[in-house]
Amino acid sequence: MVNRNNPGQTLLQVKRLEHSFTIGEEYVQALRGVSFEVKTGEVTAIVGPSGCGKSTLLYLLGLLDRPDKGEILLDNKSVSQASDQVRTELRNKNLGFIFQFHFLIKELTACENVSMPLFKAGIQRKEANKRARSVLTKLGLGNKAERFANKLSGGEQQRVAIARAMINSPSLLLADEPTGNLDSENSRKVFQLLLQFAREESTAVILVTHNPEIAEKCDQILRMKDGQIVRD
Amino acid sequence: MSLTFYLALRYVFARKRAMLMSLFGIIFGISFFVITQAQTSGFQEYFIKTILGTNGAIRISDRFQNMDETVSKISQDGKIKFKFQNREGAKYIKGIDYPDKIRNALTAFPSVNGISEVFEDNAILQTKSRSQSIQLHGIKISDHLLVSDLKEQVTHGSISNFLRDNMGIIIGSRIAERVNLKVNDRVNIVGKLENFQLRVSGIFESGVSDIDKKRCYISLPTARSLSGTRFGGSIFQVGIATPEKAPQIAAQIQETIGHRSVSWQEREKVWLDVFKALRVSSAITVSSILLLSGLGMFNVFAIMGIEKTRDISILRSIGFTRADISSVFLWQGIIVLFFGIIGGIICGLLGTFIVSKIPMQIRGIFKSDTFVVNWDFTHYGWAILIASLFVGLATWIPARRAAKVEPAKIIRETL
Ligand SMILES: Nc1ncnc2c1ncn2[C@@H]1O[C@H](COP(=O)(O)OP(=O)(O)OP(=O)(O)O)[C@@H](O)[C@H]1O
Ligand SMILES: [Mg+2]
Repeated sequence: MVNRNNPGQTLLQVKRLEHSFTIGEEYVQALRGVSFEVKTGEVTAIVGPSGCGKSTLLYLLGLLDRPDKGEILLDNKSVSQASDQVRTELRNKNLGFIFQFHFLIKELTACENVSMPLFKAGIQRKEANKRARSVLTKLGLGNKAERFANKLSGGEQQRVAIARAMINSPSLLLADEPTGNLDSENSRKVFQLLLQFAREESTAVILVTHNPEIAEKCDQILRMKDGQIVRD
Repeated sequence: MSLTFYLALRYVFARKRAMLMSLFGIIFGISFFVITQAQTSGFQEYFIKTILGTNGAIRISDRFQNMDETVSKISQDGKIKFKFQNREGAKYIKGIDYPDKIRNALTAFPSVNGISEVFEDNAILQTKSRSQSIQLHGIKISDHLLVSDLKEQVTHGSISNFLRDNMGIIIGSRIAERVNLKVNDRVNIVGKLENFQLRVSGIFESGVSDIDKKRCYISLPTARSLSGTRFGGSIFQVGIATPEKAPQIAAQIQETIGHRSVSWQEREKVWLDVFKALRVSSAITVSSILLLSGLGMFNVFAIMGIEKTRDISILRSIGFTRADISSVFLWQGIIVLFFGIIGGIICGLLGTFIVSKIPMQIRGIFKSDTFVVNWDFTHYGWAILIASLFVGLATWIPARRAAKVEPAKIIRETL
């Protein structure tokens, strides 16, 4: 569906994205015209103060919400207004999403959490579990694969969530503060994993971070303020 | 195994306590439903069997009163299409005046499988020390056996005694008790005209206490002699192959032969209505257990829908559709319902069996020594239907709501 055979090709184009929330009387303009581009295999950091709209932007890119205005093009195809079916399919096969607060399903084991996107794609359970276990092993969690999600430490849970986002080899991986709750040692590890994944699989990675050290190592930094990107 | 079913299983087993509560509610509701229905309908069936075996399916008599009403009432049920002639032309005749003609006409009805002419009159039964008023039923025993269970109802003595003895009498069990009579004892029967010495050939017990207290059978000619009625005045007790169709057949007979003809359903309407009311009210009462467990489940799923907003967002982010999300919820309801139905059926069968063994003396409109139960599987069908309805609603509403959850709702949520 999405072509990634040409590293350096434009994968994602975001055009004048606007988004707002209304809760009762309150109206919040979370995004006020955000535009940028991301290339295949490129690692992009989004930085900015709390409440500037980083998560909102990521949810729109993850096709979990529809923008009020503007357009998102994935591999030159507009996806922001595509049908639910197309978007669902894209989420399952081409996107990986890591939530800000490492969300796992606590009723499932680490391995089951990771293999869920593959099950959903119709891959046999045995095969899916095998692949999930190998990704977990790569992330240093091979011996914890059968543990239930809520019996893992914060850092481990975060890595499981990363494994789940990687399992379908997405062309675009979105991570909302994947290192937010981790100590510097673990943060570095997680970032290294994402970097390595982007290089090996030519996956474009967009990550939100508050950590300047991590942002500096990325190919591109987008600084946000009040729902807009400020160019430096 | 489908993925949504698999997830549902995991969720169900992760919430054992809440799910077990709902499960027990369903099991309890279903089994209680079938047990109470088995009892009430058991008593009803027993009653019907008793009165059918004693007074037959249809009685044909003399009276023309209310005849129009009888027919039009049945017509309203939509079962009988004709309209009965008006009453003005009809003469009032007491009893059946030409029994042979009517017997012939009745044999033309294919469903009629027995006709017994019965001559009823009041009389006094006397022993040395006591006397009691009774209701004499003059019958031809061979005919009467075709339209009743009299043979099975004879507890002492026998039908063959009665067959051999023109001057024999079969008396109701309660009469026998009261005046202390045994088989082969002699009794004096005082009729309107005559007064005979008869010998007790048997004692019967129908189970209907009104009958056992009053009724005695003697031969038809003897009954006629006692009352001095040589012709007419008798009624016909008719047996039919399909007792449930008695109202229609009775209406047809009435139209054809012009005699009042009453089905057992009409005759026993009061009691049948009582049983019906009993069954419906117990069904409603017990359904409330199912309603309550349905509400409990609704509660569990509604809370789960809120608790699981994050899971819903995760699942949506990895490619679950809205329909997938609601199916995860629906499966949970189905899983609990499934085990609830299985458990309910098992407990229902077991409970019904145990109840049927409870010794209990019933002496009222009829007689029984244990709880009477009816093994009718439509009760299970109804119980399952009602449970499915409540559980279905209890899951469907939260499932729909869960499907509507927007993943973006959790952007701001923290742990
Ligand atoms: N579901 C929502 N309903 C209403 N307002 C929202 C919602 N989600 C976000 N907002 C508002 O939109 C703005 C942007 O929020 P967003 O979560 O995108 O910020 P953020 O940059 O991710 O902040 P943080 O660094 O704290 O995660 C904020 O003002 C926030 O209050
Ligand atoms: Mg955020």
